[in-house]
Amino acid sequence: MKLRVYLTFDESTVREPLIWKLGKKFDVITNIRTAEVKDHMGLVGLEIDGEDDVVEAATKWLVGQGVNVAPIEQDVIEG
Amino acid sequence: MNIVRALKCRECGQEYAIEPTHVCEFCFGPLEVVYDYEKLDGYFTRELIESRPQTMWRYKELLPINGEPTVGAQNGFTPLVRAKNLEKVLGVSELYIKNDSVCYPTLSFKDRVVSVALSKAVEFGFKTVACASTGNLAGSVAANAAAAGLESYVFIPHDLEQGKVLGAGIFGTNIIGIKGKYDDVNRLCSEVAGKYGWAFVNVNVRPFYAEGSKSLAYEMMEQLGWQAPKHVVVPMASGSLCTKVDKAIKEFIKLDLIEDNGTAVYGAQATGCSPISKSVKDGTDMIHPVHADTVAKSLAIGNPADGYYANRVIKESGGWAEDISDEEVIAAMKLLAETEGIFAETAGGVTLGCAKKLIESGKLPRDESIVLCITGNGLKTQEAIADAINKPRIINASLREFDALAEADGFDAAA
Repeated sequence: MKLRVYLTFDESTVREPLIWKLGKKFDVITNIRTAEVKDHMGLVGLEIDGEDDVVEAATKWLVGQGVNVAPIEQDVIEG
Repeated sequence: MNIVRALKCRECGQEYAIEPTHVCEFCFGPLEVVYDYEKLDGYFTRELIESRPQTMWRYKELLPINGEPTVGAQNGFTPLVRAKNLEKVLGVSELYIKNDSVCYPTLSFKDRVVSVALSKAVEFGFKTVACASTGNLAGSVAANAAAAGLESYVFIPHDLEQGKVLGAGIFGTNIIGIKGKYDDVNRLCSEVAGKYGWAFVNVNVRPFYAEGSKSLAYEMMEQLGWQAPKHVVVPMASGSLCTKVDKAIKEFIKLDLIEDNGTAVYGAQATGCSPISKSVKDGTDMIHPVHADTVAKSLAIGNPADGYYANRVIKESGGWAEDISDEEVIAAMKLLAETEGIFAETAGGVTLGCAKKLIESGKLPRDESIVLCITGNGLKTQEAIADAINKPRIINASLREFDALAEADGFDAAA
C-alpha cells in the first residue's frame, strides 16, 4: 500500500533523523512531498510505500517516537 | 452558465480537471475550485439574483455544479436578524445574526455544503455517499441522501451519544460505529474513503463540498442590502467556513455586486480545542494539532485541514481570533436565547462568547457593523445546557398558590 500522511514533529523530535531511521528499520519506500520547519515544529508530507503490515508497523513506530501521524486530509471526522 | 475552470492546488498552483479528487499529486496540497469570473460580466446582476427563488441556489453560478441542483434544491436562505437587544447588552451600534440554526432540512449550515457535495456526487455518477461525523454532518448527509434516493454510510465513534445517533439513524442511513482512539478512527475513515468508490463528502469531494459554505456569505451580503459588513465573526472547526466567507466577499467585489468594505474576518473557538486561535495569537502560521476537550463538540477538530488558510485570512483581512472557556460558551448560549430568542448549539455560544470578548478587548469596534454566524440549532446539544436553565417552579392546581407566586413576581392579582 501507499500511505500518504502528514507528520508533525514537535520541539523534542524535530531534530531527530526519524525518516532516515524509518527507512533503516522497515522495508518501506519513503517519499517526501513537502516539508517545513519553523517555530519549533516541523511538518512533512510523506508517502510510505510497502506491504500493508509493514506500513502499519512503520506508522505505529513513528507514533511511538512522539510524531503526530495524520492522514493528508488531517481530521476527516467533523461535527 | 457554468464558469468552473478547474481544481487548483492551493500550495503549488497545479491545475486538475473537475473530478472527485482533493489533494495535489505533486505536493499533497489541498485542491480548490477556481472559476472564470469574466464569463459572468454583464450577466450575473443583482436583478437576476433577486428574481430567483429564495434558496442558496440563487447564486448557482458561483457554486461548482452543472445546471440545476439535484440534491437540496430548497436549502439555504436563512434569516439575517438585526440583534437590537444584544446590541444594548454588548454596547455596539449595529449587530446582526446570520441564523443558520434554522437551515433546511437538518438545522445546521452543513445542509449547504452537503447539498453541493451530493449534487456533485450525482453528477459524477456516485450511487453511495458517506461521511465521518459526530453530529451535524452525519444528520445532514443522511437526510439529504435519503431525499435524493442515494445510499449513505455514516461513520461515528462507537460511543457517540444516543441522541446524535438518532439524528442520523432516523433517515435510514447505514451507521458504522468504530472502536478505538480518535486518531485511529480518523485514520480508518481516511483509508475507507480512499478504498471504496463512494463520494466521501469531506474527503474526495471536499473541494466541491467546501464551496457550499460561500452561500451563507452571499446571503448575508444580499440581506444587508448588497453590502458586506465591516466585521464578521465565524466559528472555526476545520477553518473552512472562515476561508469561504472571505472568498465569497471577494467574489462579490470582483463581480461588482458590492463595494469593497474592507471586511475583517474573525475566528472563534472553544479554548479546549483552539489550535487556529492559538496560532493567530502566537503570531505563527503553523498549526499545532491538539486533542480536543470541549463542550462545543461540533467545533472539536484538533488537527484542522484549513487551519493554515483560516489563519492567513484572519491576518490578511485585519481580523483576529479568540477562544473562550466552556462556562463562557454556556453563558453565551443563554445570552443569545434570552436576548434574541435564538436557541443556538454550543458552536453558536462560542461565536457570541468570542465576539463579546473581542468587543471588550477593543479588537472588535463598537461603532461598526458586525455579523455573527450562527451555524447550528441548540436542540441538538441540549445536554450542554441542561444544568444551566431555569427549572420550573412547581405548584398545586390552586389559584391561591399561583396568586402568591405572581405576587412574589410583582404582579397584583386584583389589577
